[in-house]
Amino acid sequence: MATQAPARPRENEWTKPAAMAIPKEGYFTLEQGRYGPIYPQTPACYGFSVVGKVKPGKEEAIRAYGKNIEEAVKADPSVLAPLKLHYLRWLLFDVGSGLHFMYQGIFDTDFDKYLEDAVALFVKTGITTVFVNLEGWPDDWKTNVTAVIKFFREHQCPSFLEYGEYPYVTADEVKKALKLKAAFSQMLDLMQ
Amino acid sequence: MLEFDDIQHFLIARPPALAARYEFLTFLRPEGGRAWLTGILDKVGNAKAIESTQLDSRWVTVAFTWSGLRAIGLDDTSLATFPEEFRQGMAARADMLGTTGANSPNHWVGGLASPHLHAIVILFARDVAERERCRQQHESYLVQCPGVEVLSSLDLEAIPPYHYAHEHFGYHDRLSQPVIEGTGQAPTPGSGPPIKAGEFFLGYPDEEGPPANLPQPEILSHNGSYLAYLRMEEHVGAFREFLRQHGKTPEEQEWVAAKLMGRWRSGAPLVLSPDRDDPNLGVDSQRNNDFNFAKMDPHGYGCPLGAHIRRMNPRDTAVNMNRRKMIRRGGTYGPILPERAPEDGKERGIAAFIGCASLVRQFEFAMNVWANDPAFHELGNERDPIFGTQDGTFDMTIPKRPIRKKIKGLPAFTTIRGGAYFFLPGIKALRYLASLGDHR
Repeated sequence: MATQAPARPRENEWTKPAAMAIPKEGYFTLEQGRYGPIYPQTPACYGFSVVGKVKPGKEEAIRAYGKNIEEAVKADPSVLAPLKLHYLRWLLFDVGSGLHFMYQGIFDTDFDKYLEDAVALFVKTGITTVFVNLEGWPDDWKTNVTAVIKFFREHQCPSFLEYGEYPYVTADEVKKALKLKAAFSQMLDLMQ
Repeated sequence: MLEFDDIQHFLIARPPALAARYEFLTFLRPEGGRAWLTGILDKVGNAKAIESTQLDSRWVTVAFTWSGLRAIGLDDTSLATFPEEFRQGMAARADMLGTTGANSPNHWVGGLASPHLHAIVILFARDVAERERCRQQHESYLVQCPGVEVLSSLDLEAIPPYHYAHEHFGYHDRLSQPVIEGTGQAPTPGSGPPIKAGEFFLGYPDEEGPPANLPQPEILSHNGSYLAYLRMEEHVGAFREFLRQHGKTPEEQEWVAAKLMGRWRSGAPLVLSPDRDDPNLGVDSQRNNDFNFAKMDPHGYGCPLGAHIRRMNPRDTAVNMNRRKMIRRGGTYGPILPERAPEDGKERGIAAFIGCASLVRQFEFAMNVWANDPAFHELGNERDPIFGTQDGTFDMTIPKRPIRKKIKGLPAFTTIRGGAYFFLPGIKALRYLASLGDHR
């Protein structure tokens, strides 16, 4: 029987690294969210790997976004906070079927729950415009959130294995723990 | 400019009615449904007329489920342009909404989970006697409409004392409402700016831009809204027993009641008055909604992170809040349970409507992400204590110094006895529906 992520993560899960094998569809049992099937939380939290074919001649346009996003985060480090990201990886690859773009994100928010907020953020920061360079991206993306969500869902490639060194821990919890450690260290130093 | 004479009054204003009757209808034949609608059209209240209305008038509100639009004769092409969640209906979305277990559609009453639920007609009345008159009048009218039958009905009436809105648990209600831009109303302090009309009415710009992807034809969707209906039984005996279990004195019991809701029963918000009740604050609309969470109460020492009002309106702890506003309507049903009386087993509760322009983005988000999600605010094993689906396995954390109070195994104080998604058409849209057969 395939193992499944706990419905409500227990408090000590982080102490033991864990791996999770995931069925082909991306979920163990079909559970409907507001917009489609729910992908389970794994030891690597939540995430997606959205893959799309790049429109001809658009490679440089896409690469330029690397700098755009770097500048945006420098200008306002909290700009991507609503996405509750751990990590982002954007890559371009051609393994024989033409140039493709992959957007990989690892975050603490459920795909189905927060996609509208993510899209709103993308529109605000201009990140969505990277996707206009991909085939299949809806022309009316500015006004049709449902079509945008459909694109992400259709281009999502679910993982079949995920591993976490400190399973289920959120980015907020990591930062809290580090803050606490720093404060404690400082306190001990002051007591010298 | 809001077309007040074309928008049904229901989401814009409240008529001075202390009683109402909801009749859930089924159309046996499209012509029958249209004939009924034609005859009732001139009784439907619009938002303009209600401004100059005398207490004697009645106002009727009419809304349809997706099966109802089909049953009254709307063509398949138009039907397909309605949003997915409305086409599926609330019962089909129960798992995602969290209305499972005792709240599951399998247990719903009044035919609300049935595809034969086609329409709701709301009869508002000044008082119970007037409501009786309305009921008889509609009953006589239905005799002349052989194509229409009543699936079920629900009588509503305010419970005493009448000088303020409250429900069976005793909480002051209707303290936090969005103000629609263009209605000329001023939001009370803390309620945020007026919200664009398109967040509640189709055909107007919303908080993100111009209207888009409206159901077709335009005459049908323009000035319309969606309604999520919930009939929620309130287990008053169990609630009072719970307060007695967790509070030795009346003051302690009020404190527990306040921590579940986020406001004292007087309406005073915990963020502004964390340690003791303040009834004057409770009734002062210039002060009772003027607070936030992230800045004023980030850890929930005033209003617990999982309390009802904090879940239903996270204020400055959430993003895109201007896209998550909803208009609430409805009232109480069932007899009051006097303060010291034991539970009598009679059904009482609230029957409420949540009005918005997008059920999936507004209502369903609130149910799925705020009310019933154990991961809300990373609490881990909690759901909305009043409104969420409780099965005895969820907790409630009340932050407290020095040690937080954690109540384990919260009982269910409410049970969802029924629900449905309705489309509330504008007046021209109602005329369009009534005349559907005329162009054949």
